[in-house]
Amino acid sequence: MLEIRNLHVELAEEGKKILKGVDLTVEDGKVHAIMGPNGSGKSTLSYVLSGRDGYEVTKGSASMDGQDLLDMEPEERAAAGLFLAFQYPVEIPGVGNMTFLRTALNAQRKLRGEDEISSADFLKLIREKAKALKIDADMLKRPVNVGFSGGEKKRNEILQMALLEPKMCILDETDSGLDVDAMKLVAEGVNALRSEGRSFLVITHYQRLLDHIKPDVVHIMADGRIVKTGGPELALEVEHEGYADILAEEA
Amino acid sequence: MALPQKKQQKSDATAARLSALNLPEGGAWAREARGAAKARVEAMGLPHPRDEYWKYTRPETLVAPQAPKAATFAPYESAVFGDIDRVNLVFVDGVFDPARSDDPAIGGVEIEPLAGVAAKDIHWARDLYGVLEARGQAPVERPLAALNTAYATEGVVIRVTGKAAKPVNLSYLQEALDTDVMIHNLVKVEAGADLTLLENGPAAGRLSKVLEVEVADGGAFHHVRTQGRAHERRAATHIFARLGKESTFKSFTLTVNGALTRNEAVIEFTGDDAVAHVAGACLGDGKDFHHDDTVFITHDAVNCESRQVFKKVLRNGAVGVFQGKILVTPVAQKTDGYQISQSLLLDEDSQFLAKPELEIYADDVACSHGSTSGAIDEEGLFYLRSRGVPKAEATDLMVIAFVAEALEEIEDPVIAADVLSRLEGWLHRRRNG
Ligand SMILES: Nc1ncnc2c1ncn2[C@@H]1O[C@H](COP(=O)(O)OP(=O)(O)O)[C@@H](O)[C@H]1O
Ligand SMILES: [Mg+2]
Repeated sequence: MLEIRNLHVELAEEGKKILKGVDLTVEDGKVHAIMGPNGSGKSTLSYVLSGRDGYEVTKGSASMDGQDLLDMEPEERAAAGLFLAFQYPVEIPGVGNMTFLRTALNAQRKLRGEDEISSADFLKLIREKAKALKIDADMLKRPVNVGFSGGEKKRNEILQMALLEPKMCILDETDSGLDVDAMKLVAEGVNALRSEGRSFLVITHYQRLLDHIKPDVVHIMADGRIVKTGGPELALEVEHEGYADILAEEA
Repeated sequence: MALPQKKQQKSDATAARLSALNLPEGGAWAREARGAAKARVEAMGLPHPRDEYWKYTRPETLVAPQAPKAATFAPYESAVFGDIDRVNLVFVDGVFDPARSDDPAIGGVEIEPLAGVAAKDIHWARDLYGVLEARGQAPVERPLAALNTAYATEGVVIRVTGKAAKPVNLSYLQEALDTDVMIHNLVKVEAGADLTLLENGPAAGRLSKVLEVEVADGGAFHHVRTQGRAHERRAATHIFARLGKESTFKSFTLTVNGALTRNEAVIEFTGDDAVAHVAGACLGDGKDFHHDDTVFITHDAVNCESRQVFKKVLRNGAVGVFQGKILVTPVAQKTDGYQISQSLLLDEDSQFLAKPELEIYADDVACSHGSTSGAIDEEGLFYLRSRGVPKAEATDLMVIAFVAEALEEIEDPVIAADVLSRLEGWLHRRRNG
């Protein structure tokens, strides 16, 4: 369970306030969506939860299964089961995707006090997961995200998620830049992972991803706050009326 | 009339060094070659801090008659390339040790110690020894190499007549304190022949090493070396290569530790359609680390390809220097020249000084060069950490990613894997500190 209480965040250097009191609870097994106009603070929330530098939490808290997330290193959060599918996955020239995936998996196992996976088992595992996402051997061999198309990068994010089997998955605009087929593939990947113990926070600007990944709860974020919460119908409302009308109602 | 101050200092320093040395005994050809080299040294004078190519690296400790004190480092590097099927030739404190070496008789290669060759009155080495070094003195002087030609008594002389049955490995062990050593190696790769030469180990507290390589038409020479982990060692090394038509020359150097390393490579294309790659990765930790790569590639033939790939990882005040030049003469049309020198500065105390140069007199050429200096990519680091990779391990991965382009210059995957494991070991020993 992810619990965010009255979270206030500013940019560490400029002191610019970005999140201005976010409250959010995602129960185990649930899919929550966050929608909102560009610049409302959605990515900032995802980064703060995963521990990126450059943000200062000035008030509030965020915890996962009772553990204070904000007190942990990014790798500790990952080992505890938090995963962020990046809006802009990072290219790392020189590090093979396979090496990266194995290093990540083994690092998490080690942090959790588990044994490393054998090379043979890893190969088997990764081939199986990659196949479902139509990720070919070439994409596994190339350096991490280097020369990948937008869609390939997003599928690679979902591959990592499938491999690492996190408890709490945050997807930041995983649909942006995807054509319909690629989006279906990604949605299938996500849906395959849905289970009782696993929660999702799906950040998206558009409603269309939510046709494929059916949310339990939809939140609207604006200017650093959750301004409206409802069921799946709220996403349709956004689709039909646009953000402006909804935000005007709330104002 | 008094000489200007710099000239006077140069001539005094040169005289002081030469007076502390004795020209070695030798056969007719060697006496002649050494005498001529000594004359070159006297004419040029040894390097001075205000010489054009010594502005970033202080030459005093390499020039002084007495080598600075230098501790040895245990465990030394004898194990590098140890798992590779090779002919191992061992030098202990700069002296060839046949008892600790393999039998050098392998197919495709004739190997003789320099000491024996130099004692003869007549030997083919005469056409190469000091010859490529002398050619490499213009347009930039390299007096330390001439000094080596004059006074070195140790090294190997290799003639490659076919495809070498195995790589030849030169292990340079450093066992005594404060050693001061000169090694001069010659390699003649005949037409269509092929050799991989490996070198590893610090050799001495102060090392001067020259490698002269001639690769005849269609020949191939692959060279991979690691320079030893001794912290107090100092080295001035020179590679002089002359490349014939359709030949291949590839040299890679891994440098970790060492108080001072100056690696020069002087490469000349004399035949068309040849390829030369010179690459290096260096990892330096601490203000007592200074590493300098100085490269000069002359394209004097048509359609040749040269690549220079140098990567330096510097931390805690380490200093890296790159001076690389591509010279394209008017005849060298269709030249493909590439040069990249980059440093990864892991803190603000470390320093990278670069002087990339292109001098092109032909019109139909493609030459590019780039030099950058940067910190670790924070985005990449966070991405790795967000996947559960701890910071120290993620940093190492980013470092390895940074040097990857240089490592890729090693063709043989087994040798490349050995070099990579040394690099990983070095990083691992320094985690969190
Ligand atoms: N590192 C940063 N530097 C400057 N401004 C930033 C930075 N990160 C976020 N912002 C600003 O914070 C606001 C929220 O951004 P973001 O979280 O990316 O919104 P969203 O993901 O909802 O589009 C925007 O005004 C954006 O310009
Ligand atoms: Mg965003």
